[in-house]
Amino acid sequence: MSLNEEVELLRRIPMFAKIDPPKLKLLAFASERLTFEADQELFRQGDMADAAYIIIDGTAEVLIDTPRGPLQVATLGINDFVGEIGIICDVPRTATVRATTRLTTLRITKDLFFRMITDFPAMAVEIMRVLAHRLEHTTQQLREVSTGSAP
Amino acid sequence: MESNLFRYILRHSRKEQIGILLIVVLSQVFYFLSLDLPRLIIDRAIQGQGFESADDTTRFLNVELPVPDFLSGPGQDGRWTLFEGFELERVPYLVALSLIFLLLVFINGLFKFVINTRKGQLGERMLRRLRYTLFDRVLRSPQSHLRKMKQAEIATMIKDEVEPLGGFIGDAFVQPVFLGGQALTALIFILVQSVWLGLITIAVLLLQAVIIPRLRVRILQLAKQRQLTARQLAGRVAEIVDGSAEIHIHDTSNLERADIAQRLGRIYRIRFDLYQWKFAVKFLNNLLAQVTPFLFYLVGGYLAITGRLEIGSLVAVIAAYKDLPGPVKELIDWDQQRQDVQIKYEQVIEQFSPSTLLPARLQDPNADAGEPLAGSVTVSNLSLTEEGVGKVLDGVSFAFDLTEHVGVVGPPGHGKEILALVLARLVEPTGGTVSIGGRNLVSLPEAVTGRRMSYAGQDPYLFPGSLRDNLLYGLKHRPLVAPDYDEETQRRQRAYAAEARRAGNPEFDFAADWIDYQAVEASGPEALDASLIETLHLVELNDDAYQFGLRGTIQPDREPDLAARLITARGDLRSRLADQSCTGLFEPFDRKRYNRNMSVAENILFGTPLGDRFDTEQIARNAYLRSVLERVGLIGDLLEMGRRIAETMVELFADLPPGHPFFEQFSFIGSDDLPDFRALLARIDKEGLGSLDTADRARLIGLSFPYVEARHRLALIDPVMEERILVARRAFARHLPDSLRDAVEFYDETRYNSAATLQDNILFGRVVYGQAQAQAHIGALIAEVVDAHDLRPAILRVGLGFQVGNGGKRLTPTQRQKLGLGRALVKRPDFLIVNEATAALDGAAQLRMADNILAACRGRGVLWVLHRDDLAEKFDRVLTLRHGRLFEDSRRETTGRLVAAGH
Repeated sequence: MSLNEEVELLRRIPMFAKIDPPKLKLLAFASERLTFEADQELFRQGDMADAAYIIIDGTAEVLIDTPRGPLQVATLGINDFVGEIGIICDVPRTATVRATTRLTTLRITKDLFFRMITDFPAMAVEIMRVLAHRLEHTTQQLREVSTGSAP
Repeated sequence: MESNLFRYILRHSRKEQIGILLIVVLSQVFYFLSLDLPRLIIDRAIQGQGFESADDTTRFLNVELPVPDFLSGPGQDGRWTLFEGFELERVPYLVALSLIFLLLVFINGLFKFVINTRKGQLGERMLRRLRYTLFDRVLRSPQSHLRKMKQAEIATMIKDEVEPLGGFIGDAFVQPVFLGGQALTALIFILVQSVWLGLITIAVLLLQAVIIPRLRVRILQLAKQRQLTARQLAGRVAEIVDGSAEIHIHDTSNLERADIAQRLGRIYRIRFDLYQWKFAVKFLNNLLAQVTPFLFYLVGGYLAITGRLEIGSLVAVIAAYKDLPGPVKELIDWDQQRQDVQIKYEQVIEQFSPSTLLPARLQDPNADAGEPLAGSVTVSNLSLTEEGVGKVLDGVSFAFDLTEHVGVVGPPGHGKEILALVLARLVEPTGGTVSIGGRNLVSLPEAVTGRRMSYAGQDPYLFPGSLRDNLLYGLKHRPLVAPDYDEETQRRQRAYAAEARRAGNPEFDFAADWIDYQAVEASGPEALDASLIETLHLVELNDDAYQFGLRGTIQPDREPDLAARLITARGDLRSRLADQSCTGLFEPFDRKRYNRNMSVAENILFGTPLGDRFDTEQIARNAYLRSVLERVGLIGDLLEMGRRIAETMVELFADLPPGHPFFEQFSFIGSDDLPDFRALLARIDKEGLGSLDTADRARLIGLSFPYVEARHRLALIDPVMEERILVARRAFARHLPDSLRDAVEFYDETRYNSAATLQDNILFGRVVYGQAQAQAHIGALIAEVVDAHDLRPAILRVGLGFQVGNGGKRLTPTQRQKLGLGRALVKRPDFLIVNEATAALDGAAQLRMADNILAACRGRGVLWVLHRDDLAEKFDRVLTLRHGRLFEDSRRETTGRLVAAGH
């Protein structure tokens, strides 16, 4: 897959949909394309966060350590952006992400990520929007859960 | 050490000085003969005295002794003829005399040559002795004294400041005798001609002798200041270099500039002052010298007019006086130089005279380590008062057996660190004693303290050299096995030793084998490496050394066996990759295939560059490569590739401000060049690639060289392009001229590549880009192969050759501490002192290390100053120091509980 195809893929991700193609191309060029085999871990809960990943092919699962062993809390697929919490908040990984099939990703290092959003504020705004949506979504879920469990 | 330079010189070179003086006296005889000869030639041969007619002859080379009349025969008027000589006519006589003159010229020249050579040899020998003595004193100075001195100043003193002394020492006695003799002769000659004129000469000379030295006092003071300021400048510059990081961190570069500038200013003032005084003195000196002829004309003329002096005598006196100022001036110069070097000498000696000096017998090279240390270490009433700090150790007493492992804890700065230093004899206590096995620590020779005992501190100094050199450093106490020299070298070695003796230097052969194999119970170099590797495991440096080894190189012609085994491992790795279906992680070097994980240039070169002619920086400018590209018609393709790269770069980076870090990290084109390339692309759009000049074409082609398809993903290299580049690869190898054969070592599946690292030789390919954990995977596979072929010891041996850099700068702080501990452990000490020497390691590693080392030292004495209290659980005996006092001394019971000792 060449750089131009990667750019096409990136444009399909909501977070990057409204960003100028040349900026996306720079992002793609400066990030590393990294392939994981099934069962390989992208990162492990508790590790220091050094990069975020955009999934461009394949699937992965999100696991949380519990006293009874790992618990799958979500699955990820094409166009998902994962690992951004760790690098934005500078906290250790809150979950483990493991490939469930052969997985192709774009690995965006922390440094690259911050460079891009400081140099191109439009990208920062887009990312903020996506994160806000996600927060709104979580709040919604929480509300449903709490109203559902307290009749 | 002698505080007076002359006494020092006399003490060490009396015989040589006398020898040279004798030669000087002998030379004077010939000198006077040569002065007398011109008179003979002019008066007799040329002017014809004694040759009344053309046929007259005269005797030549007749030797007669004046004797009392009663001894000589009749007609011999008081002379006894020893040799009749030859009868010679006037012209042959002239020729004969002239030839004698030539002979004398030759003899005088020869004398000068011999005297100067001897003087030089004497001076150099003394300089060597002096430098060695100073260095010897550095080695015997207490640490407290050395800490007060600046390294650069010590080095300047040994190197530069004593240098002029060497030149002077040869002249120290010879010069005054020689010049004084000459001056005295001239003076006597004048006195004989005329007492008055002689007295005038003496008066002026006395005046010179009184006034000039007085004026010179100031010059000497200035010279002293000049030396001191220059030395301080050297020290300060070294300090600034050492602290350069702090200077950048705190933006104090201008403060340092100001400091150096004001020092330079002071040095300038001193030096210029010195000049002024020097030339003022010179002026006065010359004036006095010229006043004398004035007096000669006036007084001598008056005497001549009044008939009390012959005119001939006056002329002779003036002529003689011409010979006087030379030697006198040189004598005065000599005197100045004498005072100058005396000052230099005193100043240097002063710096190298600490209040106490380790007695030489404690460092006696023939001393033996003696029996293994046994018994107990007894510390009684140990006190140490430090200036401005007060008592850092206060009446500390304890004893432990040399089989015990003792941990020392306590708050930092409360004495535990100093205690370790005192026990290692690095710090002298102000009171109390330490005895080891019943012997006082102070009187133990270093042969015992340095071989039976060992110390590892927090910040070990590592010498530039390899890991191996640093580990072995503690085993080199004296030369043990002389190298196997051929006859010629042996002769040279004997001459070296003889000369060393004459200069008071030791005769040790530095090239000998100094390693004390017995101390490590090793039979020879092979077994020694095994022992070192054991030590690496002990201090957990084995993984680091393994990595160093993988990144190291070997000479296959020197180790053909290892090279062959590495090639076998190469094949094995390949089949394992295939077995574990890991081939996707790795792309081998295959002569027949394009490697998408290598750059375009690497694909064409297909080998390891040797030297810098084909390295990544230079290859684009290489004329041979250019000619190959033209020959195979690849120039057009690479131009097009370069154009597309330039286009992409301009598109990607156009909006970034110049100097943005992305340029450095990702771009093929620097931010400064980006506008040029933009203009270049615009021109290509308008006029096509054909319009470019040579320089622009070279720039575009240069962009294509570092391009790696798998990494940069611009889809520039398709199978057709791959094939075309392979044609270039083959052409490059086939037509490589002889002059470039040693600039590249081609990849060859069946051969060991001497320019590549061990790892690259095993791998023989590239780990692919973009495959998660490919490096780790391949690394693990390599380790598997290495162990399957039992290559690890060999690789560790190569790793032992890793150069640690200046002061160990190429190692991490953790590695440095581990290496310091390893160095202390290699010699298997009977008593090991560890002074917070694992502080840089992480917590778990510290615990492991303590376990490893204590296990290795079972049955031997260990005193370990701990910087973490939790490590104390590893020790049977724990001392606690507070406020310089022994606060607690407890033993561990079998239950693991600590109880006060003696209960």
